[in-house]
Amino acid sequence: MDLSAINPVVLIASLMVAATPILLAAIGELVVEKAGVLNLGVEGMMITGAICGFAAAVETGSPALGFLAAMLGAALLSLVFGLLTQVLMSNQVATGLALTLFGLGLSALIGQRYVGLKPPATARLDLGPLSDIPVLGRILFSHDAVVYLSLALVAAVWAFLRFTRAGLILRAVGENHDAAHALGYKVVRIRLAAIAFGGACAGLGGAYLSLVRVPQWTEGMTAGAGWIALAIVVFASWRPTRVLLGAYLFGGVAVLQLNLQAAGVAVPVELLSASPYLVTILVLVIMSADRGRAALNAPASLGRVFHAST
Amino acid sequence: MIRLEKRPSPSRVWTVATPVLAVALTMVAGGILFAMLGKDPVAAIRTIFWDPLFNAQFASYSRPQLLVKAGPLILIATGLSLGFRAGIWNIGAEGQYIIGALCGAGVALALYPLDSFIVFPLMVLAGGLGGWAWAMIPALLKTRFRTNEILVSLLLVYVAEQILAAMALGLMRNPEGGGFPGSRNLQQYPAAANTELIAGTGMHWGVVTAFIAVIAAYVLLNRHMLGFQIRLTGQSPRAARFAGVNPNRLVVICLGASGALAGLAGLFEVSGPAGQVSIDFNQGYGFTAIIVAFLGRLHPVGILLAGLLMALTYIGGELAQFTLGVPAAAIQAFQGMLLFFLLGVDVLSNYRIRLGRRGVA
Repeated sequence: MDLSAINPVVLIASLMVAATPILLAAIGELVVEKAGVLNLGVEGMMITGAICGFAAAVETGSPALGFLAAMLGAALLSLVFGLLTQVLMSNQVATGLALTLFGLGLSALIGQRYVGLKPPATARLDLGPLSDIPVLGRILFSHDAVVYLSLALVAAVWAFLRFTRAGLILRAVGENHDAAHALGYKVVRIRLAAIAFGGACAGLGGAYLSLVRVPQWTEGMTAGAGWIALAIVVFASWRPTRVLLGAYLFGGVAVLQLNLQAAGVAVPVELLSASPYLVTILVLVIMSADRGRAALNAPASLGRVFHAST
Repeated sequence: MIRLEKRPSPSRVWTVATPVLAVALTMVAGGILFAMLGKDPVAAIRTIFWDPLFNAQFASYSRPQLLVKAGPLILIATGLSLGFRAGIWNIGAEGQYIIGALCGAGVALALYPLDSFIVFPLMVLAGGLGGWAWAMIPALLKTRFRTNEILVSLLLVYVAEQILAAMALGLMRNPEGGGFPGSRNLQQYPAAANTELIAGTGMHWGVVTAFIAVIAAYVLLNRHMLGFQIRLTGQSPRAARFAGVNPNRLVVICLGASGALAGLAGLFEVSGPAGQVSIDFNQGYGFTAIIVAFLGRLHPVGILLAGLLMALTYIGGELAQFTLGVPAAAIQAFQGMLLFFLLGVDVLSNYRIRLGRRGVA
């Protein structure tokens, strides 16, 4: 066992990379849930994004086009969920699960031709002298554009929900869809837009996984990342800043356990591999046990079917 | 202008007709999918739904397979449907299935090579208890800490997969296996083997248990107070509370029952068709059973039929894989599509479609 091989600077830098897919998926899901929709299909949208992005990047040779294709593919898939739950008024829990099951099958189907290939490399953003700052440069200024985009997205969602009129309407729709409808807001349209946004974010997260974090395609490669993103939304009690905290916490656990495995710590490898899931469960328990707070913050119409019958 | 009008109560006709409609729509959409893959859509659909049962060349092999595949699906889905009816979402049946298999196989491997009639019943007991215990984790976290059972049960699937890998590579590895991962083959250990009961039918103890579970669930839901409480909680949690239903008790019972049945399914699989604990022992039955439960309208008899149909898509899918070269993943997408269509056409049982503008009341 050699713990000195673990370099904290590299650890924090790779933590940010490990957290980015989940951060993207979670911030998208936060917006969806703020609009009052519970989309359990994050895992399915992520894996669809992962393969759409991978396929597009390999075919065109451009990672940027890959990320775009991933967002588009996953957003389209999420609109299937939107159509079913918003227009045909199906049960959101069941439909979300269907989305995941279908996404896993569809991605495996598309991905067959791409097993074993390498995607084009995603370039680090050139930040000039900033990257040369001793410790901070390595941690903060040596990543690719998507890492910064994910951080910007968190800030944008936070500002959108807190300061804009559109954000207020979105929250109103999530808190009380009947009242929002009575005020003349188009509940279904707003929710569909939120669902598509959530899909695009999940897709981007999935593509980050297949193009940067793992750089390859394997079936089921998201391995529960989508579910962890869902758990992080609960952990964050529906607040964007805490989503950031939750995702980085998770990224930290994921990277640390890999480092500990590599260092040969006297803990079974399987226990280390399971630790991100166990930590997520533990965090969920701690958050949920605090009666009141988590429950009070959940959008009041979350998961309820809206039908403009009156 | 098309609008939807809520029915006072779900239409009985459509409740039965929607699964059939969903299957028909899936066949059409699946045909399009196969055509996009460059396969003859009609041949593909026929290979999946017709040939396993009636094609003289394949039927003798594939008919018995129908019960082998349907058994675990029906067993798991029956358990899940109890919870789903009450709004208790156990999504982690896959994990309970793995742990059940590990506990049951663990008993057999510990007793090896004891030759006694008691081995198999002990395994069944351990399998059921293992699945039950794994399901108790989300149940107790929910009742004690109000943790979301969907997320916890699901995350535990990934933990169970890690335990499975650890067991197949470590504790349960066959000492005579030449270092390869995977346990002893239980089919070659007569006291522990879950063999075919009637030759040529595929009927093994898991299938028998599945039928018993279906009957028990039917009786429970229609003739028993607990079944009434489950149905009431699903329809109106508030009314259920006023009627004196203890929601925590219901959570423990529903999750426990579905966990135990999933564990049993895992045990029967590991001691029968699969034969051994291996890294990739789990095949997603726990997730497919969710589709089965919904396709069967959460009704025991419906689940029986839906389980057989879903088993058919597995077998027909394999057949299509080597006769037409349809990729295995296409079947998974096909099954997911089925659930989509089912949930989509459900609107017909809950709403009336009205044409024209709404009249002024």
